[in-house]
Order: sequence, then C-alpha cells, then structure tokens
Amino acid sequence: MKYNMNLTPDEEAILNGSKGEALAKVMKSLVLYGDAFNAQRFVPVTGKGHLVTSFGISVLKPVFSIMDELIAGGLKVDETFTVDPRPIDYDNVKCNPLEKLVFNKIIYGMQTPYEAQLQKLGLKSSKSFTCTCYLDEVGNTPKKGDILSWAESSAVVYANSVIGARCNRNSGIIELFGSILGKVPEFDLLTDEGRKATWIIEVKTTKKPEAQILGSAIGMKVMEEVPFIRGLDRFIGTELNGTAKAYLKDMGAATASNGAVGLYHVENLTPEAAELGTGLIRDGAKTYVIDDAELERIRSSYPKIGAWEKNPDAKPVRCFIGCPHLTFAQLDEWTGRFENELKKQGRKKVGMSVILSAAPEVLERFIRENKAAYDKLIGFGIKLTSICPLMYMNNPLCGKKPVITNSNKLRTYTTARYLTDDEIAAVAVKGGF
Amino acid sequence: MSKIFKGRPVIAGTIDRIDAVVSRQGVNTLASFQKSALKKASEVICSDQNNPDLYKKNLTKKALCLPQTIGSTTGGMVLYSVCALGIAPSAMLFSQPIDSLAAAGVILSDVWTDGSIVAVDNLGEEFLNYVKDGMKISVAPDGTVTVD
Repeated sequence: MKYNMNLTPDEEAILNGSKGEALAKVMKSLVLYGDAFNAQRFVPVTGKGHLVTSFGISVLKPVFSIMDELIAGGLKVDETFTVDPRPIDYDNVKCNPLEKLVFNKIIYGMQTPYEAQLQKLGLKSSKSFTCTCYLDEVGNTPKKGDILSWAESSAVVYANSVIGARCNRNSGIIELFGSILGKVPEFDLLTDEGRKATWIIEVKTTKKPEAQILGSAIGMKVMEEVPFIRGLDRFIGTELNGTAKAYLKDMGAATASNGAVGLYHVENLTPEAAELGTGLIRDGAKTYVIDDAELERIRSSYPKIGAWEKNPDAKPVRCFIGCPHLTFAQLDEWTGRFENELKKQGRKKVGMSVILSAAPEVLERFIRENKAAYDKLIGFGIKLTSICPLMYMNNPLCGKKPVITNSNKLRTYTTARYLTDDEIAAVAVKGGF
Repeated sequence: MSKIFKGRPVIAGTIDRIDAVVSRQGVNTLASFQKSALKKASEVICSDQNNPDLYKKNLTKKALCLPQTIGSTTGGMVLYSVCALGIAPSAMLFSQPIDSLAAAGVILSDVWTDGSIVAVDNLGEEFLNYVKDGMKISVAPDGTVTVD
C-alpha cells in the first residue's frame, strides 16, 4: 500500500504481515488514519486504554466480527483497558416487560457475548464499566504528558484538559487498535501546536455559572477548536481540588457533546494554563464573551423534543443524574441537596424514579465509607446504578418518555429535558413541575 | 453543464454518475443511520430529526455531500457497520478537512470489509454551495469530483 507516514523498519514489517494478518490490518488502519491527518510518525501509548463501546448493540454486529478477528489473531491490549458503562441494570433502573424484551432480544442482544470478547481483549476487570475511568477509585488515571488512545468524548476532554495527558478525539475501534498496537499516529492534540487555543472565552457572569450550561455555550461556539477560558477561576478557584475537578468534568462533557471540544484550558487552573499562561493562545484567537444573558440565551435555545414537544408540562417519569458518572464527593453533595429539598417540601421520599449513576468502584467506596449518606439516599427512594443513561435512553421506546436530567450530554443525544441541579432536585421531590 | 471540484482523496475510488444528497450542516452519523440499521433495513433512511436537509431521505448508495460529521464517537463504528451491511453511501464528499470520526469510518470500511466508501475532503465551500440533491456525481481516484 502507498502511505506518507514515516514508519520504522519494525512498523513496516508489521504492516507487511510479520506479526500476522490481523495486526497488519490494525497497522494499515492506523497508517491510513495518520495519513488522513498528515501525521509524520507513530508515538508510543503510555497509559491504559479506554473504549467507548461497552454495549452489545445488534446494530454494531460487524464490530463484533472485528473483535473475533483480533482475538483469533492472538491480539490483546497488554496494558489492559476500561470501557464505557453498561446499558442496562434491571434491579435499579426498572423496565416494563416490553422494554425488557426489546432490550434483551433486539437492541442489546449481543451484550453477554460482547463482554466475553472484551475480557479476551484485555478488559481491566468486570467492574471497569464507566465513562469516568480517570477517577482514582477506577484505577485508570493517566499522568500529565501521557499519550492515550481513548475515544469516549467526555473522558478524552477530561484527560487532556484537567490531567494534561494527550489524546485525540478518536472514534471507537480506532482507539482499541491504538491500544493493541501500543502506538498512535502523532497529530493534532498530541502536538504542542495542536494544543494551543484559537478561542478566548471571557466568563463575565455575576455568579458561578452552571457547569453544564457554560460547557454547552462554549461547545456550541468553538465546536472542535481549543478554548482558553478566562474568569472562571473567580468562581472555582485556582486549585484543582475535588470540587473543581467535578465541575470541570461536567463542563467538559458539555463542551464535547454540544460541540466537539477535545481540550480546553482554564486560566490559572488547568495544568498547561497554570504553566504556560497566555503563551497557549495563538495569534489571532477569536473572543467569545459569556455573561448571564448569554447563558440564558443558550439555555432557552434547547428544543423540547419527544414527549416534551407534545406536552411541555408532562409529568416526568424518571430523573437521571450522573452523565458523566458522579464522583464520590458528588454523591455526597446530592445526598445533601435531596435532604434539604425534602425538608423544604415536607416530604419523606422523592416523587418519581430518581437514578444516580456512578462507576462501580465509586459506588462501592460510597457504600463503604459514607454508609450514612447511602442509607439516606435509599431511604429517600433514590436508586444508585452504574449504567449509561444515554444508552438506556437512546432507543425509540425510552425516547418517548418524559425524562428529566441535569446532563447536557444526555439532553443533546436523547429526548431528555435539561434542568439545573437545584431545579431538578425540586421537580424530582415534588414529582412534577 | 458540468462543474469540476478538486479535493484530496482519503479513500480513493471511482464513482460514475450517482445521485447527490446534500447536508449543509454537520451530519450526526449515529442519529442518521442508527434507526435503519437497527431495523436491518435494506436501505438507510436518515432518522436525524435535527437535520432538516437529510431527514427521511435515502442515503444508501448515494454521494453524501457534507461539511463534516458530528456527534458521538461511535460514529466511525456506525459508518463501518452500515458499509459492512451493504447499505452505506457510496461516497462521502466533504467540503472541509475530514473529521476524525468520519475518517475512522471510511478507513475501517476500506480495510475490514469487502466494500468501501469513497471519500474526498477539502472540496471547499463552493462545492457545498453548488451541489444540490439529485445532481449526478462522478469521482475520479485523484479526488476530482464532477457535478452534473
């Protein structure tokens, strides 16, 4: 095959089949991928993998054929990998018999065999199903400067921005190939130049912006470009503590889903911005000012679709909180928020199905180290799960239901309606608007 | 009257006078292809309600003209899957540089299936302004796109 990348003799030998046909096809795919973006060379992957495809969805049957071919070729990820959340949890996210039938037989009929494929290819453990693989409890936390081969957009933007690792916004399967080969083509966010900002975001709000709306505004404006955010440190400080990281996790997920942001810098806070300051801003960068009115404009632009289009005052049947998955500290915060709201409304239990979603290891730690809060949540009638709300919602059956969420990512990809953290607690406790 | 545009072949191939279907906005791959693929349909009818240019239009074996793809990072896998199922567009013609998700999709299709999706990028804004649904598209291996 013709290619433009500069390959080492070992890489060229792999391309020519020295280590089997399956790895040659993996290499060919990655060389073509590198050529598409004018990459000059491969660089070694230095962290564990993370895959976006956690769901055995029948529509992706041809993907499972690739997996079989890789396994038959004796290939696996030596450094192990984590993967996005599972789509269903009948114990905590109840489904009616028709939904179960559709999930089990039609949509996610390949779930069990697919998970067996993941294990053969190097899945870290049977608990490694979360979009927040970078949390300490999960054990796939890259170091600053690590080169990664990930795909999940919320994880990529967090690793790049909050940790300072380097990862492109890859598609599923390509990220697996990079982890198997242990190398990725060097372009865009793997390079110093590609990490420079082409947008300056001036945050001029009068109070701390809702992370999910701020991220939405930034994503819609800059799309796949790199923003340098000024003025946010006034509200979330200059220390990357748990509270700041959780805020950036949620803001980043919204930038990545409402746009296609793979990296942002926050002045005086995120690692590269703290080190390099305005040296990260390219000449000619455009400016976007975000004030209270702009956030309101963005929020009011969200369309009401699905059940909400027919009846904007419909009684919601379910509330999803935790897309991306919640941190240990956020689980505690939500306990307090619901406790206060229940007291305020004079109620003992929430008024609808409320689901909090977090990584399996985070839930285990929460139950182990904060049993009192866990017991309160259960007492309030709230369920805890580790599923992906997006995968649960992203089908015609669930898409027709009036569901509310505090996640701008879930709003973007499904019919779920967005409410702020405080609003959603009030509506969930009351059982409606 | 023919008009010729020159782009970069990402997946080179020859296409002879097939119908164009045009999206002026970024194409959400998952939202556009998922419903038909789930139904195991014999052709893809675009199911993305947020894309008025493509919604309810047949994309199978067409020349899909677009700026870039957008949306979930499952996009590349979805494109590969519809190609493997034989219901993909025959060509994807990008006015802008190809994005990483579409690149993955056309590359996986080329390497891992018996078929392929011919892909040309960098065709420029003028291309997307000129081309209309139903116009006949031909593509040469060097990235030359002829619109009739």
